[in-house]
Amino acid sequence: MIPLTYYLVVSAILFAMGALGVLIRRNALIVFMSIELMLNAANLTFVAFANEYGVFTGQLFVFFVMTVAAAEVAVGLALIVSIFRTKHSIDVDQMSSMKG
Amino acid sequence: MDITLILFLILAVTAVATGLGLLLSRSAIYAALFLVLNFATVAVFYLVLGAPFVAMAQVTVYAGAIMVLFLFVIMLLGTEKLPKGTVLRWQRPLAIVAAAVLLAEAGYLLLERVRSTALLSLPSAEVNSMDSLRQMAMMLFNQYLLPFEVTSILLLVAMVGAIVLTKQEKGEPA
Repeated sequence: MIPLTYYLVVSAILFAMGALGVLIRRNALIVFMSIELMLNAANLTFVAFANEYGVFTGQLFVFFVMTVAAAEVAVGLALIVSIFRTKHSIDVDQMSSMKG
Repeated sequence: MDITLILFLILAVTAVATGLGLLLSRSAIYAALFLVLNFATVAVFYLVLGAPFVAMAQVTVYAGAIMVLFLFVIMLLGTEKLPKGTVLRWQRPLAIVAAAVLLAEAGYLLLERVRSTALLSLPSAEVNSMDSLRQMAMMLFNQYLLPFEVTSILLLVAMVGAIVLTKQEKGEPA
């Protein structure tokens, strides 16, 4: 039996790496993937606690987080495609003007 | 050493290494494939933690549907690599410091909370997978029926939104 803390440490590392990816990467798609990594780390925490306390609410929350992530990816990728059409780039540093 | 501990360590190292690969890879395709591997290892974590339904949903929804959508968009836009641009010099070290602070905070809070609530520990669930699946379904369709229905509306709204956002206006060049 693995202690709960091990899972929490892995989850914290994954979450911090996702945040780092959002901060340092310039490619909007990779920024998006880093957000998915952070969501995934949070899900791992939910399941670890659900297993520790023997309740299923945590697993249900993961289910809901997954549906929200799917909706978020659909809309976000549509936004990226739409931005690429107007600016011909998905570099987040170039998305600095409000209109253009 | 315990066999489950060895399995856990292999999985943890794989998860962290693929996360690093996502951070460091130049090409967006490689980053997406690293992320697929990361999702797969987390799915195995879920199996070990006695959540088979979540593990299968992770593989089909995340590693399957979402990452295929990512790969489609990467190939559609043809922007695997960004051209070299001007980079803010202080951005990277500052980001690394901020992420390290976040990691320290998250680790401290989680571990401290675990230590202080250790007394709350309930009897742990039996790991019988069919039983856990049945209990989860009972909760989902009784206690959480309204949120479950709301997610269907959310998915519908996301679908309509994605179509509206990517639709070409009439007379606009492609």
